[in-house]
Amino acid sequence: MTRLEAPPLPEGLVAFVKRDCPTCELVEGVLADIAKSANITVYSQDDPNFPSGLHNLVDDKDLFFSWHHEIETVPTLLKVASDGETSRIVGWDRAIWEEFTGLKNLGPDIAPFRPGCGSLSVDPNLASYLEAKFSGSSLIGRRIEFAALEDSHEAMFDRGWTDGLPVVAPTEQRVLSMLAGTSRLPSEIIASVPPDLTPCTVEKIAINAVMAGCKPEYLPIVLAAVEAVCNETFNMHGLLATTMPHAPVLVVNGPIAEQIGMNSSGNAFGQGNRANSTIGRAVQLVVRNVGGGRPGGVDRAALGSPAKVGFCFAEREADSPWEPISTMYGFPKGTNTVLAFPGEAPHNITDQISRDPESLARTFAINLLGIQHPKLVLMFDAILAVTPDHSRIFAEAGWSRERLTDRIIELSIRPGKDLVRGANGIAEGISADLQELDLPKFRQGGLHIVHCGGGAGLFSAIIGGWVNGDMGSTPVCVEITP
Amino acid sequence: MTKVLDPTNETKPTEIPRVARPASLKGLTVGLLDISKPRGNRFLDRIEERLIEQGIKVKRFKKPTFTKPAPVDLRHEISTKCDVVIEALAD
Repeated sequence: MTRLEAPPLPEGLVAFVKRDCPTCELVEGVLADIAKSANITVYSQDDPNFPSGLHNLVDDKDLFFSWHHEIETVPTLLKVASDGETSRIVGWDRAIWEEFTGLKNLGPDIAPFRPGCGSLSVDPNLASYLEAKFSGSSLIGRRIEFAALEDSHEAMFDRGWTDGLPVVAPTEQRVLSMLAGTSRLPSEIIASVPPDLTPCTVEKIAINAVMAGCKPEYLPIVLAAVEAVCNETFNMHGLLATTMPHAPVLVVNGPIAEQIGMNSSGNAFGQGNRANSTIGRAVQLVVRNVGGGRPGGVDRAALGSPAKVGFCFAEREADSPWEPISTMYGFPKGTNTVLAFPGEAPHNITDQISRDPESLARTFAINLLGIQHPKLVLMFDAILAVTPDHSRIFAEAGWSRERLTDRIIELSIRPGKDLVRGANGIAEGISADLQELDLPKFRQGGLHIVHCGGGAGLFSAIIGGWVNGDMGSTPVCVEITP
Repeated sequence: MTKVLDPTNETKPTEIPRVARPASLKGLTVGLLDISKPRGNRFLDRIEERLIEQGIKVKRFKKPTFTKPAPVDLRHEISTKCDVVIEALAD
Protein backbone atom coordinates (compact mmCIF):
# COMPACT_ATOMS: atom_id res chain seq x y z
CA MET A 1 0.00 0.00 0.00
CA THR A 2 2.94 2.30 0.53
CA ARG A 3 5.99 2.79 -1.62
CA LEU A 4 9.52 2.55 -0.36
CA GLU A 5 10.80 5.80 1.09
CA ALA A 6 7.28 7.19 1.37
CA PRO A 7 7.12 10.36 3.44
CA PRO A 8 5.63 9.55 6.88
CA LEU A 9 2.04 10.49 7.59
CA PRO A 10 0.98 12.02 10.91
CA GLU A 11 -0.47 9.67 13.50
CA GLY A 12 -4.22 9.43 13.82
CA LEU A 13 -6.71 9.61 11.00
CA VAL A 14 -5.58 10.79 7.56
CA ALA A 15 -7.83 11.60 4.62
CA PHE A 16 -6.99 12.23 0.96
CA VAL A 17 -9.51 14.35 -0.97
CA LYS A 18 -9.92 16.58 -3.99
CA ARG A 19 -12.46 19.32 -4.52
CA ASP A 20 -13.22 18.09 -8.01
CA CYS A 21 -14.98 15.01 -6.58
CA PRO A 22 -18.66 15.17 -5.65
CA THR A 23 -18.20 12.53 -2.96
CA CYS A 24 -15.42 14.56 -1.32
CA GLU A 25 -17.67 17.62 -1.42
CA LEU A 26 -20.46 15.52 0.09
CA VAL A 27 -18.29 14.50 3.06
CA GLU A 28 -16.81 17.97 3.64
CA GLY A 29 -19.02 18.43 6.71
CA VAL A 30 -18.30 14.89 7.95
CA LEU A 31 -14.54 15.57 7.92
CA ALA A 32 -15.09 18.79 9.88
CA ASP A 33 -17.23 16.86 12.40
CA ILE A 34 -14.55 14.16 12.80
CA ALA A 35 -11.97 16.89 13.43
CA LYS A 36 -13.99 18.07 16.44
CA SER A 37 -13.47 14.84 18.35
CA ALA A 38 -10.55 13.06 16.66
CA ASN A 39 -7.10 13.83 15.36
CA ILE A 40 -7.45 13.99 11.56
CA THR A 41 -5.12 15.37 8.89
CA VAL A 42 -6.51 15.99 5.43
CA TYR A 43 -4.38 16.03 2.25
CA SER A 44 -6.00 18.06 -0.51
CA GLN A 45 -5.00 17.23 -4.09
CA ASP A 46 -6.38 20.17 -6.05
CA ASP A 47 -7.37 22.99 -3.71
CA PRO A 48 -5.36 23.89 -0.61
CA ASN A 49 -8.47 25.56 0.90
CA PHE A 50 -10.66 22.48 0.60
CA PRO A 51 -12.25 21.13 2.77
CA SER A 52 -13.06 24.22 4.80
CA GLY A 53 -13.04 24.37 8.56
CA LEU A 54 -10.06 22.06 9.12
CA HIS A 55 -6.85 22.92 10.94
CA ASN A 56 -4.67 20.07 9.77
CA LEU A 57 -4.96 20.62 6.05
CA VAL A 58 -1.99 19.75 3.84
CA ASP A 59 -1.57 21.06 0.28
CA ASP A 60 -0.77 17.97 -1.82
CA LYS A 61 -1.13 19.67 -5.19
CA ASP A 62 2.14 18.16 -6.36
CA LEU A 63 0.64 14.76 -5.34
CA PHE A 64 3.81 13.89 -3.47
CA PHE A 65 1.98 12.23 -0.57
CA SER A 66 -0.83 10.81 -2.72
CA TRP A 67 1.62 9.15 -5.10
CA HIS A 68 3.90 7.73 -2.43
CA HIS A 69 1.01 6.32 -0.42
CA GLU A 70 -0.57 4.85 -3.54
CA ILE A 71 -3.88 6.61 -3.15
CA GLU A 72 -6.17 5.38 -5.92
CA THR A 73 -9.53 6.75 -4.82
CA VAL A 74 -10.70 9.90 -3.11
CA PRO A 75 -11.83 10.14 -0.46
CA THR A 76 -9.50 7.63 1.17
CA LEU A 77 -9.40 7.45 4.94
CA LEU A 78 -6.39 5.91 6.67
CA LYS A 79 -5.48 4.98 10.21
CA VAL A 80 -1.85 5.75 10.98
CA ALA A 81 0.07 4.51 14.00
CA SER A 82 3.59 5.44 15.08
CA ASP A 83 5.07 2.86 12.73
CA GLY A 84 2.89 3.76 9.75
CA GLU A 85 -0.44 3.01 8.15
CA THR A 86 -2.53 0.25 9.71
CA SER A 87 -5.66 0.28 7.54
CA ARG A 88 -7.59 2.29 4.95
CA ILE A 89 -11.08 2.63 3.49
CA VAL A 90 -12.21 4.31 0.28
CA GLY A 91 -15.32 6.19 -0.87
CA TRP A 92 -18.14 7.15 1.50
CA ASP A 93 -20.15 4.57 3.43
CA ARG A 94 -21.62 5.84 6.68
CA ALA A 95 -21.61 2.50 8.45
CA ILE A 96 -18.03 1.72 7.46
CA TRP A 97 -16.79 5.22 8.33
CA GLU A 98 -18.51 5.02 11.75
CA GLU A 99 -16.91 1.68 12.46
CA PHE A 100 -13.49 2.85 11.16
CA THR A 101 -13.47 6.06 13.21
CA GLY A 102 -15.39 4.79 16.22
CA LEU A 103 -17.63 7.85 15.93
CA LYS A 104 -21.40 7.81 15.75
CA ASN A 105 -23.92 9.76 13.71
CA LEU A 106 -21.59 10.80 10.88
CA GLY A 107 -23.27 12.79 8.07
CA PRO A 108 -26.85 12.09 9.20
CA ASP A 109 -28.31 14.32 6.48
CA ILE A 110 -26.39 13.02 3.48
CA ALA A 111 -26.78 9.90 1.38
CA PRO A 112 -25.53 6.85 3.32
CA PHE A 113 -23.31 5.59 0.50
CA ARG A 114 -21.49 7.09 -2.43
CA PRO A 115 -18.50 5.62 -4.29
CA GLY A 116 -15.44 7.83 -4.54
CA CYS A 117 -13.62 9.26 -7.55
CA GLY A 118 -10.22 8.51 -9.05
CA SER A 119 -7.27 10.00 -7.23
CA LEU A 120 -5.34 12.58 -9.24
CA SER A 121 -2.21 10.58 -8.54
CA VAL A 122 -3.54 7.81 -10.80
CA ASP A 123 -4.95 10.12 -13.47
CA PRO A 124 -3.85 8.53 -16.78
CA ASN A 125 -2.60 11.92 -17.99
CA LEU A 126 -0.34 12.29 -14.99
CA ALA A 127 0.63 8.78 -14.00
CA SER A 128 3.68 8.44 -16.22
CA TYR A 129 4.81 11.88 -15.32
CA LEU A 130 4.49 11.28 -11.58
CA GLU A 131 6.31 8.03 -11.99
CA ALA A 132 9.13 9.86 -13.73
CA LYS A 133 9.20 12.61 -11.17
CA PHE A 134 8.96 10.65 -7.97
CA SER A 135 10.77 7.50 -8.94
CA GLY A 136 13.58 9.74 -10.16
CA SER A 137 13.85 7.78 -13.38
CA SER A 138 12.89 10.13 -16.15
CA LEU A 139 11.20 13.25 -17.47
CA ILE A 140 9.08 13.39 -20.59
CA GLY A 141 11.38 15.45 -22.82
CA ARG A 142 13.54 13.72 -25.41
CA ARG A 143 17.05 12.86 -24.21
CA ILE A 144 19.98 13.90 -26.30
CA GLU A 145 23.33 12.37 -25.56
CA PHE A 146 26.50 14.11 -26.59
CA ALA A 147 29.40 11.95 -27.67
CA ALA A 148 32.26 11.47 -25.27
CA LEU A 149 34.58 13.58 -27.37
CA GLU A 150 31.97 16.26 -28.09
CA ASP A 151 32.25 19.49 -26.12
CA SER A 152 28.76 20.04 -24.72
CA HIS A 153 28.99 23.84 -25.11
CA GLU A 154 29.85 23.52 -28.77
CA ALA A 155 27.23 20.81 -29.24
CA MET A 156 24.51 23.13 -27.96
CA PHE A 157 25.65 26.00 -30.20
CA ASP A 158 25.77 23.61 -33.16
CA ARG A 159 22.19 22.50 -32.56
CA GLY A 160 21.01 26.11 -32.71
CA TRP A 161 19.72 26.16 -29.13
CA THR A 162 21.50 29.28 -27.99
CA ASP A 163 21.16 33.02 -28.43
CA GLY A 164 24.88 33.32 -29.12
CA LEU A 165 25.94 33.25 -25.49
CA PRO A 166 26.88 30.05 -23.67
CA VAL A 167 24.04 28.11 -22.04
CA VAL A 168 23.94 25.74 -19.08
CA ALA A 169 23.49 22.13 -20.16
CA PRO A 170 19.91 21.09 -19.25
CA THR A 171 20.68 17.79 -17.58
CA GLU A 172 17.90 15.78 -15.99
CA GLN A 173 19.10 16.62 -12.50
CA ARG A 174 19.19 20.36 -13.21
CA VAL A 175 15.76 20.31 -14.84
CA LEU A 176 14.30 18.40 -11.89
CA SER A 177 15.82 20.93 -9.50
CA MET A 178 14.40 23.75 -11.62
CA LEU A 179 10.95 22.15 -11.49
CA ALA A 180 11.10 22.21 -7.70
CA GLY A 181 10.71 25.98 -8.07
CA THR A 182 7.03 25.66 -8.95
CA SER A 183 4.06 23.74 -7.61
CA ARG A 184 2.69 23.48 -11.14
CA LEU A 185 2.82 20.09 -12.76
CA PRO A 186 5.58 19.72 -15.35
CA SER A 187 3.06 18.43 -17.88
CA GLU A 188 0.86 21.51 -17.55
CA ILE A 189 0.65 23.48 -20.77
CA ILE A 190 1.33 27.15 -20.13
CA ALA A 191 0.86 28.63 -23.59
CA SER A 192 1.10 28.15 -27.34
CA VAL A 193 4.37 29.82 -28.23
CA PRO A 194 4.58 31.90 -31.44
CA PRO A 195 5.52 31.78 -34.19
CA ASP A 196 4.99 28.01 -34.51
CA LEU A 197 2.20 28.13 -31.89
CA THR A 198 3.61 25.04 -30.24
CA PRO A 199 1.96 24.01 -26.96
CA CYS A 200 4.58 24.54 -24.28
CA THR A 201 4.74 22.63 -21.00
CA VAL A 202 6.18 23.72 -17.68
CA GLU A 203 8.92 21.15 -18.31
CA LYS A 204 10.01 22.75 -21.60
CA ILE A 205 10.10 26.15 -19.95
CA ALA A 206 12.15 24.68 -17.09
CA ILE A 207 14.65 23.22 -19.59
CA ASN A 208 15.11 26.63 -21.23
CA ALA A 209 15.28 28.34 -17.83
CA VAL A 210 18.16 26.01 -16.87
CA MET A 211 19.91 26.92 -20.11
CA ALA A 212 19.43 30.65 -19.49
CA GLY A 213 21.06 30.31 -16.07
CA CYS A 214 17.96 30.74 -13.87
CA LYS A 215 17.67 29.49 -10.31
CA PRO A 216 14.58 27.42 -9.43
CA GLU A 217 13.04 30.29 -7.48
CA TYR A 218 12.93 32.37 -10.69
CA LEU A 219 10.81 29.78 -12.50
CA PRO A 220 7.39 31.12 -11.41
CA ILE A 221 8.31 34.49 -12.97
CA VAL A 222 9.50 32.84 -16.18
CA LEU A 223 6.25 30.84 -16.38
CA ALA A 224 4.12 33.96 -15.87
CA ALA A 225 6.20 35.88 -18.38
CA VAL A 226 5.82 33.17 -21.03
CA GLU A 227 2.08 33.24 -20.39
CA ALA A 228 2.08 37.05 -20.77
CA VAL A 229 4.05 37.22 -24.02
CA CYS A 230 2.02 34.40 -25.57
CA ASN A 231 -1.24 36.21 -24.84
CA GLU A 232 -2.83 36.97 -28.20
CA THR A 233 -3.14 40.70 -27.52
CA PHE A 234 0.60 40.92 -26.86
CA ASN A 235 1.14 39.62 -30.40
CA MET A 236 4.52 37.97 -29.91
CA HIS A 237 4.41 36.78 -33.51
CA GLY A 238 4.27 40.34 -34.81
CA LEU A 239 6.81 41.58 -32.29
CA LEU A 240 9.21 38.90 -33.46
CA ALA A 241 8.51 39.31 -37.16
CA THR A 242 8.67 43.09 -37.24
CA THR A 243 11.58 44.86 -38.89
CA MET A 244 11.57 47.15 -35.82
CA PRO A 245 13.99 46.32 -32.97
CA HIS A 246 11.52 45.61 -30.15
CA ALA A 247 11.32 42.69 -27.73
CA PRO A 248 9.38 41.74 -24.60
CA VAL A 249 10.56 43.96 -21.74
CA LEU A 250 9.58 42.40 -18.39
CA VAL A 251 8.79 44.45 -15.28
CA VAL A 252 8.38 42.47 -12.04
CA ASN A 253 6.27 43.77 -9.16
CA GLY A 254 5.49 42.41 -5.70
CA PRO A 255 7.46 40.87 -2.84
CA ILE A 256 8.83 38.06 -5.03
CA ALA A 257 11.28 40.51 -6.63
CA GLU A 258 13.11 41.07 -3.36
CA GLN A 259 12.68 37.46 -2.23
CA ILE A 260 14.62 36.15 -5.23
CA GLY A 261 17.13 38.99 -5.14
CA MET A 262 16.16 40.97 -8.25
CA ASN A 263 17.74 44.34 -8.79
CA SER A 264 15.41 47.34 -8.90
CA SER A 265 18.13 49.73 -7.77
CA GLY A 266 21.48 50.89 -9.15
CA ASN A 267 22.21 49.44 -12.60
CA ALA A 268 18.76 47.83 -12.72
CA PHE A 269 18.93 47.69 -16.53
CA GLY A 270 22.53 46.58 -16.56
CA GLN A 271 24.63 43.54 -15.91
CA GLY A 272 25.55 41.81 -12.69
CA ASN A 273 22.28 40.56 -11.24
CA ARG A 274 21.55 36.94 -12.01
CA ALA A 275 17.75 37.15 -11.82
CA ASN A 276 17.52 40.27 -13.99
CA SER A 277 19.93 38.80 -16.51
CA THR A 278 18.45 35.34 -16.84
CA ILE A 279 14.64 35.64 -16.53
CA GLY A 280 14.22 37.67 -19.72
CA ARG A 281 16.76 35.49 -21.45
CA ALA A 282 14.83 32.33 -20.50
CA VAL A 283 11.68 33.77 -22.10
CA GLN A 284 13.60 34.57 -25.29
CA LEU A 285 15.06 31.05 -25.36
CA VAL A 286 11.52 29.63 -25.08
CA VAL A 287 10.46 31.75 -28.07
CA ARG A 288 13.52 30.56 -29.95
CA ASN A 289 13.53 26.87 -29.07
CA VAL A 290 9.87 26.05 -28.45
CA GLY A 291 8.26 28.70 -30.65
CA GLY A 292 10.83 28.40 -33.42
CA GLY A 293 11.41 32.17 -33.66
CA ARG A 294 14.94 32.95 -34.81
CA PRO A 295 16.76 35.91 -36.31
CA GLY A 296 16.81 35.55 -40.07
CA GLY A 297 13.79 33.25 -39.83
CA VAL A 298 10.55 34.79 -38.64
CA ASP A 299 12.56 37.45 -36.76
CA ARG A 300 13.19 40.12 -39.42
CA ALA A 301 14.55 42.96 -37.26
CA ALA A 302 16.56 45.45 -39.31
CA LEU A 303 18.82 46.32 -36.38
CA GLY A 304 17.49 44.51 -33.32
CA SER A 305 18.63 45.65 -29.91
CA PRO A 306 20.59 44.35 -26.92
CA ALA A 307 17.18 44.09 -25.19
CA LYS A 308 16.44 41.11 -27.43
CA VAL A 309 18.86 38.92 -25.47
CA GLY A 310 16.52 39.43 -22.52
CA PHE A 311 15.41 42.55 -20.67
CA CYS A 312 13.93 42.15 -17.21
CA PHE A 313 13.97 44.29 -14.09
CA ALA A 314 11.93 44.92 -10.96
CA GLU A 315 10.15 48.11 -9.99
CA ARG A 316 11.66 49.86 -6.97
CA GLU A 317 8.56 49.72 -4.79
CA ALA A 318 9.98 50.15 -1.29
CA ASP A 319 10.51 53.92 -1.41
CA SER A 320 8.43 54.70 -4.47
CA PRO A 321 6.21 57.75 -4.24
CA TRP A 322 3.76 55.90 -6.47
CA GLU A 323 1.68 52.76 -6.47
CA PRO A 324 3.31 49.87 -8.37
CA ILE A 325 2.83 49.89 -12.15
CA SER A 326 0.82 46.63 -11.79
CA THR A 327 -2.01 48.67 -10.23
CA MET A 328 -2.55 50.17 -13.71
CA TYR A 329 -3.61 46.64 -14.68
CA GLY A 330 -5.96 46.19 -11.73
CA PHE A 331 -3.69 44.24 -9.38
CA PRO A 332 -3.63 45.38 -5.75
CA LYS A 333 -0.28 46.52 -4.35
CA GLY A 334 1.63 43.54 -2.98
CA THR A 335 0.57 41.17 -5.75
CA ASN A 336 3.39 39.36 -7.52
CA THR A 337 3.07 40.23 -11.19
CA VAL A 338 5.08 40.46 -14.36
CA LEU A 339 4.30 43.06 -17.01
CA ALA A 340 5.30 42.23 -20.57
CA PHE A 341 5.89 45.46 -22.49
CA PRO A 342 6.89 45.48 -26.16
CA GLY A 343 9.93 47.72 -25.87
CA GLU A 344 13.37 48.62 -27.09
CA ALA A 345 16.64 49.26 -25.28
CA PRO A 346 16.58 52.10 -22.73
CA HIS A 347 17.49 55.64 -23.65
CA ASN A 348 18.77 57.97 -20.93
CA ILE A 349 17.32 61.39 -20.02
CA THR A 350 19.59 63.90 -18.31
CA ASP A 351 18.18 66.72 -16.19
CA GLN A 352 20.51 67.76 -13.38
CA ILE A 353 19.10 71.23 -12.94
CA SER A 354 15.31 70.93 -12.47
CA ARG A 355 14.18 71.05 -8.85
CA ASP A 356 10.47 71.58 -9.37
CA PRO A 357 8.02 69.06 -10.81
CA GLU A 358 6.78 71.25 -13.66
CA SER A 359 10.26 71.78 -15.05
CA LEU A 360 11.10 68.08 -14.79
CA ALA A 361 7.77 67.05 -16.35
CA ARG A 362 8.69 69.33 -19.27
CA THR A 363 12.05 67.59 -19.59
CA PHE A 364 10.31 64.21 -19.67
CA ALA A 365 7.74 65.38 -22.22
CA ILE A 366 10.25 66.90 -24.66
CA ASN A 367 12.38 63.76 -24.54
CA LEU A 368 9.40 61.42 -24.93
CA LEU A 369 8.36 63.22 -28.10
CA GLY A 370 11.35 61.67 -29.84
CA ILE A 371 10.16 58.06 -29.56
CA GLN A 372 10.45 56.55 -33.07
CA HIS A 373 10.02 59.99 -34.64
CA PRO A 374 8.98 63.33 -33.15
CA LYS A 375 6.36 63.66 -35.89
CA LEU A 376 4.70 60.30 -35.16
CA VAL A 377 2.12 60.39 -32.37
CA LEU A 378 -0.36 58.09 -30.60
CA MET A 379 1.16 55.01 -32.25
CA PHE A 380 3.73 54.07 -29.62
CA ASP A 381 3.50 53.49 -25.85
CA ALA A 382 6.47 53.97 -23.52
CA ILE A 383 7.93 53.09 -20.17
CA LEU A 384 9.33 56.14 -18.41
CA ALA A 385 11.73 54.81 -15.76
CA VAL A 386 12.13 57.45 -13.07
CA THR A 387 15.03 57.17 -10.62
CA PRO A 388 14.84 58.13 -6.92
CA ASP A 389 16.76 61.38 -7.46
CA HIS A 390 14.08 62.47 -9.92
CA SER A 391 11.04 60.89 -8.21
CA ARG A 392 11.88 62.73 -4.99
CA ILE A 393 11.08 66.02 -6.71
CA PHE A 394 7.56 64.79 -7.49
CA ALA A 395 7.16 63.13 -4.07
CA GLU A 396 8.02 66.36 -2.25
CA ALA A 397 5.52 68.28 -4.37
CA GLY A 398 2.85 65.60 -3.85
CA TRP A 399 2.52 64.66 -7.52
CA SER A 400 0.83 61.28 -7.99
CA ARG A 401 1.68 59.06 -10.96
CA GLU A 402 -1.64 60.05 -12.53
CA ARG A 403 -0.87 63.75 -12.19
CA LEU A 404 2.59 63.35 -13.70
CA THR A 405 1.22 61.17 -16.52
CA ASP A 406 -1.56 63.64 -17.31
CA ARG A 407 0.83 66.59 -17.26
CA ILE A 408 3.34 64.90 -19.58
CA ILE A 409 0.56 64.01 -22.01
CA GLU A 410 -0.75 67.58 -21.86
CA LEU A 411 2.73 68.95 -22.51
CA SER A 412 3.15 66.60 -25.46
CA ILE A 413 0.15 68.01 -27.36
CA ARG A 414 1.12 69.65 -30.64
CA PRO A 415 -0.83 71.01 -33.60
CA GLY A 416 -1.37 68.47 -36.36
CA LYS A 417 -0.09 70.92 -39.00
CA ASP A 418 3.42 70.54 -37.48
CA LEU A 419 3.20 66.75 -37.58
CA VAL A 420 1.77 65.97 -41.01
CA ARG A 421 3.88 64.52 -43.77
CA GLY A 422 6.04 67.20 -45.29
CA ALA A 423 5.78 69.63 -42.37
CA ASN A 424 9.12 71.17 -41.31
CA GLY A 425 10.70 69.87 -44.48
CA ILE A 426 10.42 66.24 -43.33
CA ALA A 427 8.49 63.79 -45.47
CA GLU A 428 7.72 61.44 -42.53
CA GLY A 429 4.72 62.31 -40.38
CA ILE A 430 1.06 61.68 -39.73
CA SER A 431 -1.52 61.72 -42.50
CA ALA A 432 -2.71 65.08 -43.85
CA ASP A 433 -6.32 64.59 -42.74
CA LEU A 434 -5.21 65.03 -39.10
CA GLN A 435 -3.71 68.48 -39.59
CA GLU A 436 -6.57 70.40 -37.95
CA LEU A 437 -6.29 68.40 -34.70
CA ASP A 438 -4.12 69.02 -31.66
CA LEU A 439 -2.55 65.68 -30.84
CA PRO A 440 -0.74 64.26 -27.77
CA LYS A 441 2.18 61.86 -28.12
CA PHE A 442 0.49 59.08 -26.14
CA ARG A 443 -2.83 57.28 -26.16
CA GLN A 444 -4.72 56.83 -22.88
CA GLY A 445 -2.92 54.22 -20.76
CA GLY A 446 0.07 54.24 -23.09
CA LEU A 447 2.59 55.93 -20.81
CA HIS A 448 3.93 53.65 -18.07
CA ILE A 449 5.80 55.46 -15.31
CA VAL A 450 7.96 52.98 -13.37
CA HIS A 451 10.14 53.75 -10.36
CA CYS A 452 13.59 52.17 -10.54
CA GLY A 453 17.30 52.72 -10.45
CA GLY A 454 19.31 53.95 -7.53
CA GLY A 455 22.39 55.45 -6.05
CA ALA A 456 22.98 59.01 -7.12
CA GLY A 457 22.11 60.42 -10.52
CA LEU A 458 19.59 62.95 -11.77
CA PHE A 459 18.67 60.78 -14.72
CA SER A 460 15.66 58.87 -15.91
CA ALA A 461 15.14 56.68 -18.95
CA ILE A 462 12.74 55.96 -21.76
CA ILE A 463 11.94 52.51 -23.08
CA GLY A 464 10.08 53.19 -26.31
CA GLY A 465 7.26 50.90 -27.34
CA TRP A 466 6.38 49.12 -30.55
CA VAL A 467 3.22 49.87 -32.57
CA ASN A 468 0.41 49.83 -30.01
CA GLY A 469 -3.11 48.45 -29.84
CA ASP A 470 -4.87 46.15 -32.29
CA MET A 471 -2.41 47.01 -35.03
CA GLY A 472 0.55 45.92 -32.95
CA SER A 473 0.87 44.93 -29.33
CA THR A 474 -0.88 45.64 -26.05
CA PRO A 475 1.17 45.28 -22.85
CA VAL A 476 0.02 42.31 -20.74
CA CYS A 477 0.33 42.00 -16.96
CA VAL A 478 0.02 38.53 -15.40
CA GLU A 479 -0.02 37.40 -11.78
CA ILE A 480 2.89 35.21 -10.75
CA THR A 481 1.68 32.07 -9.00
CA PRO A 482 3.83 29.57 -7.11
CA MET B 1 29.50 12.18 -21.71
CA THR B 2 26.62 14.58 -21.14
CA LYS B 3 22.97 13.71 -21.49
CA VAL B 4 20.58 16.64 -21.76
CA LEU B 5 16.89 17.26 -22.29
CA ASP B 6 15.81 18.65 -25.65
CA PRO B 7 14.84 22.32 -25.26
CA THR B 8 12.98 22.45 -28.58
CA ASN B 9 9.37 21.59 -29.33
CA GLU B 10 10.44 18.20 -30.71
CA THR B 11 8.02 18.54 -33.58
CA LYS B 12 8.90 18.31 -37.22
CA PRO B 13 7.05 20.85 -39.34
CA THR B 14 4.79 19.48 -42.04
CA GLU B 15 6.05 20.69 -45.38
CA ILE B 16 3.33 21.71 -47.78
CA PRO B 17 4.74 22.00 -51.32
CA ARG B 18 3.96 25.19 -53.22
CA VAL B 19 1.73 24.98 -56.26
CA ALA B 20 3.90 24.80 -59.35
CA ARG B 21 4.45 28.16 -61.02
CA PRO B 22 2.07 28.34 -64.03
CA ALA B 23 3.59 28.87 -67.48
CA SER B 24 1.01 31.58 -68.19
CA LEU B 25 -1.64 33.48 -66.23
CA LYS B 26 -4.14 33.07 -69.06
CA GLY B 27 -7.50 31.89 -67.76
CA LEU B 28 -6.34 31.97 -64.13
CA THR B 29 -7.63 34.13 -61.29
CA VAL B 30 -4.95 36.18 -59.60
CA GLY B 31 -5.44 37.23 -55.97
CA LEU B 32 -3.76 40.45 -54.91
CA LEU B 33 -3.15 40.56 -51.16
CA ASP B 34 -2.53 43.92 -49.55
CA ILE B 35 -0.90 43.30 -46.14
CA SER B 36 -1.89 46.84 -45.01
CA LYS B 37 1.60 48.31 -45.15
CA PRO B 38 1.53 51.96 -46.23
CA ARG B 39 1.45 52.34 -50.01
CA GLY B 40 1.12 48.61 -50.66
CA ASN B 41 -2.17 49.52 -52.34
CA ARG B 42 -0.36 51.73 -54.89
CA PHE B 43 1.83 48.84 -55.95
CA LEU B 44 -1.16 46.51 -56.21
CA ASP B 45 -3.26 49.09 -58.10
CA ARG B 46 -0.58 49.18 -60.78
CA ILE B 47 -0.24 45.39 -60.89
CA GLU B 48 -4.02 45.13 -61.16
CA GLU B 49 -4.10 47.58 -64.11
CA ARG B 50 -1.44 45.64 -65.93
CA LEU B 51 -3.09 42.26 -65.33
CA ILE B 52 -6.48 43.56 -66.46
CA GLU B 53 -4.87 44.94 -69.63
CA GLN B 54 -3.83 41.38 -70.37
CA GLY B 55 -7.38 40.14 -69.79
CA ILE B 56 -6.56 38.35 -66.55
CA LYS B 57 -9.16 38.03 -63.78
CA VAL B 58 -8.11 39.77 -60.54
CA LYS B 59 -9.47 39.63 -56.99
CA ARG B 60 -8.32 42.00 -54.26
CA PHE B 61 -7.82 41.02 -50.61
CA LYS B 62 -6.53 42.86 -47.56
CA LYS B 63 -5.11 41.74 -44.24
CA PRO B 64 -6.49 43.69 -41.24
CA THR B 65 -2.92 44.51 -40.13
CA PHE B 66 0.55 43.71 -41.38
CA THR B 67 1.70 42.97 -37.83
CA LYS B 68 -0.24 39.73 -37.52
CA PRO B 69 -0.54 36.61 -39.67
CA ALA B 70 -3.45 36.67 -42.13
CA PRO B 71 -6.64 35.34 -40.48
CA VAL B 72 -7.32 31.72 -41.34
CA ASP B 73 -10.66 32.60 -43.00
CA LEU B 74 -8.92 35.04 -45.35
CA ARG B 75 -6.29 32.48 -46.28
CA HIS B 76 -9.02 29.96 -46.98
CA GLU B 77 -11.01 32.44 -49.09
CA ILE B 78 -7.96 33.25 -51.20
CA SER B 79 -7.14 29.58 -51.71
CA THR B 80 -10.65 28.76 -52.89
CA LYS B 81 -11.15 31.79 -55.15
CA CYS B 82 -7.74 32.19 -56.73
CA ASP B 83 -5.21 30.12 -58.63
CA VAL B 84 -2.21 32.27 -57.75
CA VAL B 85 -1.61 35.11 -55.33
CA ILE B 86 0.61 38.18 -55.33
CA GLU B 87 1.37 39.67 -51.91
CA ALA B 88 2.54 43.25 -51.59
CA LEU B 89 4.96 44.37 -48.95
CA ALA B 90 5.92 48.05 -49.61
CA ASP B 91 6.38 51.01 -47.24
